[in-house]
Amino acid sequence: MESYLFPFDSLICMLLGISFTVWFTLLLVFIIVPAIFGVSFGIRRVYMKSLIKLFEWATLRMERGAKEKNQHLYKPYSNGIIAKEPVSLEQEIQEMRRGSAEPEFDMSDIFYFCRRGVESIVDDEVTKRFTAEELESWNLLTRSNYNFHHISTRLTALWGMGVLIRYGFLLPLRVTLAFTGVGLLVVLTSIVGLFPNGRMKNYLSDKVHLMCYRICVRALTAIITYHDSENKPKNGGICVANHTSPIDVIILASDGCYAMVGQVHGGLMGVIQRAMVKACPHIWFERSEVKDRHLVAKRLSDHVADESKLPILIFPEGTCINNTSVMMFKKGSFEIGCTVYPVAIKYDPRFGDAFWNSSKFGMVNYLLHMMSSWAIVCSVWYLPPMSRMEGEDAVQFANRVKAAIARKGGLADLLWDGGLKRGKVKEVFKEEQQKLYSKVLVGSSEDRSRS
Amino acid sequence: MFTVLNQTLLCLCFPVSHSQITRLYSRFHSLDKGENGALSREDFQRIPELAINPLGDRIINAFFPEGEDQVNFRGFMRTLAHFRPVEDNEKNKDPTSGEPLNSRANKLLFAFRLYDLDRDDKISRDELLQVLRMMVGVNISDEQLGSIADRTIQEADTNGDMSISFSEFTKVLEKVDVEQKMSIRFLH
Repeated sequence: MESYLFPFDSLICMLLGISFTVWFTLLLVFIIVPAIFGVSFGIRRVYMKSLIKLFEWATLRMERGAKEKNQHLYKPYSNGIIAKEPVSLEQEIQEMRRGSAEPEFDMSDIFYFCRRGVESIVDDEVTKRFTAEELESWNLLTRSNYNFHHISTRLTALWGMGVLIRYGFLLPLRVTLAFTGVGLLVVLTSIVGLFPNGRMKNYLSDKVHLMCYRICVRALTAIITYHDSENKPKNGGICVANHTSPIDVIILASDGCYAMVGQVHGGLMGVIQRAMVKACPHIWFERSEVKDRHLVAKRLSDHVADESKLPILIFPEGTCINNTSVMMFKKGSFEIGCTVYPVAIKYDPRFGDAFWNSSKFGMVNYLLHMMSSWAIVCSVWYLPPMSRMEGEDAVQFANRVKAAIARKGGLADLLWDGGLKRGKVKEVFKEEQQKLYSKVLVGSSEDRSRS
Repeated sequence: MFTVLNQTLLCLCFPVSHSQITRLYSRFHSLDKGENGALSREDFQRIPELAINPLGDRIINAFFPEGEDQVNFRGFMRTLAHFRPVEDNEKNKDPTSGEPLNSRANKLLFAFRLYDLDRDDKISRDELLQVLRMMVGVNISDEQLGSIADRTIQEADTNGDMSISFSEFTKVLEKVDVEQKMSIRFLH
């Protein structure tokens, strides 16, 4: 009996050994070595182009299916589903005042508030920014299938194959790469940390960071296009960008070296943070220190004042937004008074949704989603540096930077606070509305008393 | 599940297009954080633009029938149906359904009920004062507000009972283009 198993055993072992060797060699040659040197074979772009053709074909199929059944294909419209007239409170109420001999208050005033209220119930500008953007057409992922019907057998077969490829081939590959990337980051930065401070250490630290982030980029199959690289952030400045997910950090840091800012975490994250800070100065805050705004501002300004330290990377929105808009920038980083380098990041949602809905998914779940999507495709625009102008306060400066980022990235520019994801809106905004209306009422009585 | 819903709705007095129902159902679903098929008052208050509307609470109240704390999709659609533009009625001439929810009279009734806090079909001076206070906040004094309320009731009240009934309300607003002011147009 046993004599039969021995040859099989050794055969199986040999086969496994060979396949592992082949696997790792391919990994090394096609992914890790290019990552170290910052070159690319272009495999990912070819992959992206073939996926686009596939999605277009799928859409055509679904439209044909819909036409056969004489129905309309469901098309989501993220730009709004109802017609909202941009008429202000004063304008509308003046309109309703027919003639000059008017009572101060008209019972029809209520129509304005009523209609606005119901409009916001049907479609509002804020809540839809905290869930994943709806796609125009299906991208063969179950998770992005909202009401897409007319899915033929052929499409289902394609979807099935997609599942096999994504979960059977791409996911293990990406997980391996991710572990490699993170592992190398921790080990190599600790080694670099042993060097004495000086130009050699900075040089090595930059190289190590870039290499590991590039491996992580490949671990997500991220296909990134960088625009206007002449505006890349320089030492002694702050880089601000719109925030969609934790991956933003990897995307930016694989093209340039930054000093990160964040809270100290425990666990794996903490290990990574402690290792990174050995190689070059990052700014990690204890949980208690985060509340102290002066302390935060001081540490940031000290870092920025030192020309040898890397530019700081900050996300002023403070939370993840779904990449259709840019929400209020917190003014803290704009008070420091150094040059600000704005960066706009726009993801292409067809290949995989990068938005982290932290109220729905935990970090591990989110990373699994990322690694089982088709790819992460995004564009990064480096905008020209901006500084605070004479007579501009921090809030106005922040809004100016925000508007520039929104314009470049093709995102909606909103004044609402990203904190509304979890918190309630402040009473002061309601009071503003009440004040506006009171002015209309009282204003007309003043006119009357004058006449 | 969706087509059954569709059919049920088409039987009711407000025919809506397939895509509009789908969109509104999507919206209902995204507001329903508890995922129990019904919306509570908190779900509405989570909409920032509604929370800062001075009459936000009154509008939310309009969705909930007397004494209830949850509104299902049917109830949601029923209330929203008041805001359908009036022209759409030409397509639906169903003699048995009676007056459609988005008729001028029903739109006025919706607005009337925003004022009528205790649902007794009369707007008393007190109720008018309370609603006015909601709209102006702390910016106008009690006396001034009181005189505004008195003047409004004086001008509207025809039968001398010091409160405004629905027919008096309708008479006061007979020249206002209610159909346009209380309608929401879908883009697609």
